[in-house]
Amino acid sequence: MDVYDKLQILAGAAKYDVACTSSGSERGNQPGGIGNAVACGVCHSFAADGRCISLLKVLMTNACIYDCAYCQNRRSNDAPRATFTPRELADLTYHFYRRNYIEGLFLSSGIIKNPDYTVERMIETLRILREEYRFNGYIHAKAIPGADDLLLGRLGQLTDRMSVNIELPSQKSLALLAPDKSKTDILRPMGLITQKINENTTDLVRYNYVPKFAPAGQSTQIIVGATDETDYKILNLSAALYKKYRLKRVFYSAYIPVSDNPLLPAVTTKPPLLREHRLYQADWLLRFYGFSAEELLDEEHQNFNPLIDPKCNWAINHMEQFPVEVNRAPREMLLRVPGIGVKSTDRILTARRYTKLDFAGLKKIGVVLKRAQYFLTCGGKIAEGLRITPDNALQSLISEHCQELLLGTRQEQLSLFDRQITREDVTKCLTGQI
Amino acid sequence: MPDRSNIVYVYDGSFEGVLCCVFACFERREMPSGIFTQSELPPTLFPQEVIPTELQKFERVKKGIITKISIEAYELIVDIYFSCYPEKEWLICDFARLGFQMGRKITSCITLDTVDAMLGAAKHLHNESHLLKGFVRFSDYDGVMVAVIEPKNFVLPTLSPHFCDRYAGETFMIYDKTHSAALVHRPGEWRIIPITEFTEPEAGEYEQKIRSLWKLFYDTIAIKERDNPRCRMGHMPKRYWSHMTEMQNENLLRPGMQSLPPR
Repeated sequence: MDVYDKLQILAGAAKYDVACTSSGSERGNQPGGIGNAVACGVCHSFAADGRCISLLKVLMTNACIYDCAYCQNRRSNDAPRATFTPRELADLTYHFYRRNYIEGLFLSSGIIKNPDYTVERMIETLRILREEYRFNGYIHAKAIPGADDLLLGRLGQLTDRMSVNIELPSQKSLALLAPDKSKTDILRPMGLITQKINENTTDLVRYNYVPKFAPAGQSTQIIVGATDETDYKILNLSAALYKKYRLKRVFYSAYIPVSDNPLLPAVTTKPPLLREHRLYQADWLLRFYGFSAEELLDEEHQNFNPLIDPKCNWAINHMEQFPVEVNRAPREMLLRVPGIGVKSTDRILTARRYTKLDFAGLKKIGVVLKRAQYFLTCGGKIAEGLRITPDNALQSLISEHCQELLLGTRQEQLSLFDRQITREDVTKCLTGQI
Repeated sequence: MPDRSNIVYVYDGSFEGVLCCVFACFERREMPSGIFTQSELPPTLFPQEVIPTELQKFERVKKGIITKISIEAYELIVDIYFSCYPEKEWLICDFARLGFQMGRKITSCITLDTVDAMLGAAKHLHNESHLLKGFVRFSDYDGVMVAVIEPKNFVLPTLSPHFCDRYAGETFMIYDKTHSAALVHRPGEWRIIPITEFTEPEAGEYEQKIRSLWKLFYDTIAIKERDNPRCRMGHMPKRYWSHMTEMQNENLLRPGMQSLPPR
């Protein structure tokens, strides 16, 4: 088996891991070395599924000793197995990086022999890259649950970001589908990483030089739709992870059926992409818009409305707080208006120091007036010609994509024409041919 | 917007030349109806005025903009000069005229048409430059790394710090086909030089093998069940594809080797 075959197997086995970000580390090149890291991250390509390719995402090996039902690398699955040697993987990373194909390496692994041995192999790969090749690019490594603390500590010093995947959002689901893992197994390395990062920041204050520990922080991934947890439960879990473990990101991954286990959704089920999208929208609201999980969902409303995004949903349920006066409203309130994002909020704050804003000005700033106009006044006036009726407001808050979904479920409307009106019909009508 | 007078300025195309046009606008108290280089001059009935480039005037205008308006305004003007905005020279003159009236707050008045156009053009430039930080693809030709790009904006000046730091130990060239220029780097020095004609040499055996490995990775990493070509096009517009290794349909050598080429 040569490198080509190994890459095919081990990239294919890693593709369900969603995280591919290269942000959070800013580091210049070292003399005699190759590469640097850019704080904002760089996407190098986009795959046919529209997802960003920033890092060379591969597994060290897919020969896993565990048997998690949701995973295609499970022991009981009859699939070809391969294992990279540390040197092969380091060389591959180097050659790709040198041609600007990638921003760095994303290294995950199945458990070969035992967790400690697996992490040792990963460390050896990263050691070759960092110390022999003097590679300063981005490295994201998976912390393997069950590995020794010292080994994980060493791994963290070689990487920019570490992550431990939670995968299943509750202990019950874990026991059902991943009998070899438990909640404490997963949370332990996560806690260790958080503690190391904290120690690192205090040490930096105390000493001149401290080797950095995962400077881009840690992240995790939750599978959506494999088990029956509600959006409310998942979102609360994320909020707790952000707060307690200071995670940089929580990724959501719509479950794609990989096995015909009766405990899992049928193989024919389509991945719940819209639900995943709504969770990401809510995640952004938690991190950048000052929302809390309880505001977005509660015991009665356990799942997001598929037709309307979480921010609009919150706004139409809290109409008593609107309309907002653009020229006076505080930042926190502007952020809560549908159609105004973080960037346009900051631009509004800059612009209104010198001029009085009107709707034409808001358009230039980049506010999506189609949605925002129902929630705003400029100098005490609502948008000219706007008539607010529940129907048209809701209509404009639903994205085009979701309107198609909505129309698909409705009965067809009665029409004078027994076929669809085409562009030609309209032209004919206008030019008087009919 | 001021009325444009019936006159067309002709300048030499340099950045210094643009600032000399700003000087001329002030000296003559007018806004020309257009500012062009000799080669791009459209057929016009208006009288033409050739604005000579004088370094002394350039320095005066530069100093004036930095002290009377702000350093941000000056940087914005430099960005616009590198952008692909149509009639950017005229826009710069109009911006400078407004800037000298309003002072440093000009860059915060984002609802003014002129400022909006300036910021929009600068954003277009920086967005394209950021995308190309990822989309540039080098090929190894006997130890020299070569990449070809075809951007709308002149992004080489904004790209150079990034690539010169990242590949500090390499000898490389990024050839900009649209603007017939190239960023040339070897350890310790770099410059941007005009190049009119350049054809890429044939890829060698090792190069082809690495390319085929990359293409394999690109094709493998996509999840079939999530196929979404429109999303991909939104993030990675088709006009960049022609110079990206993974989007080519060439017949590459499959690496029949046990190990990779030496570093």
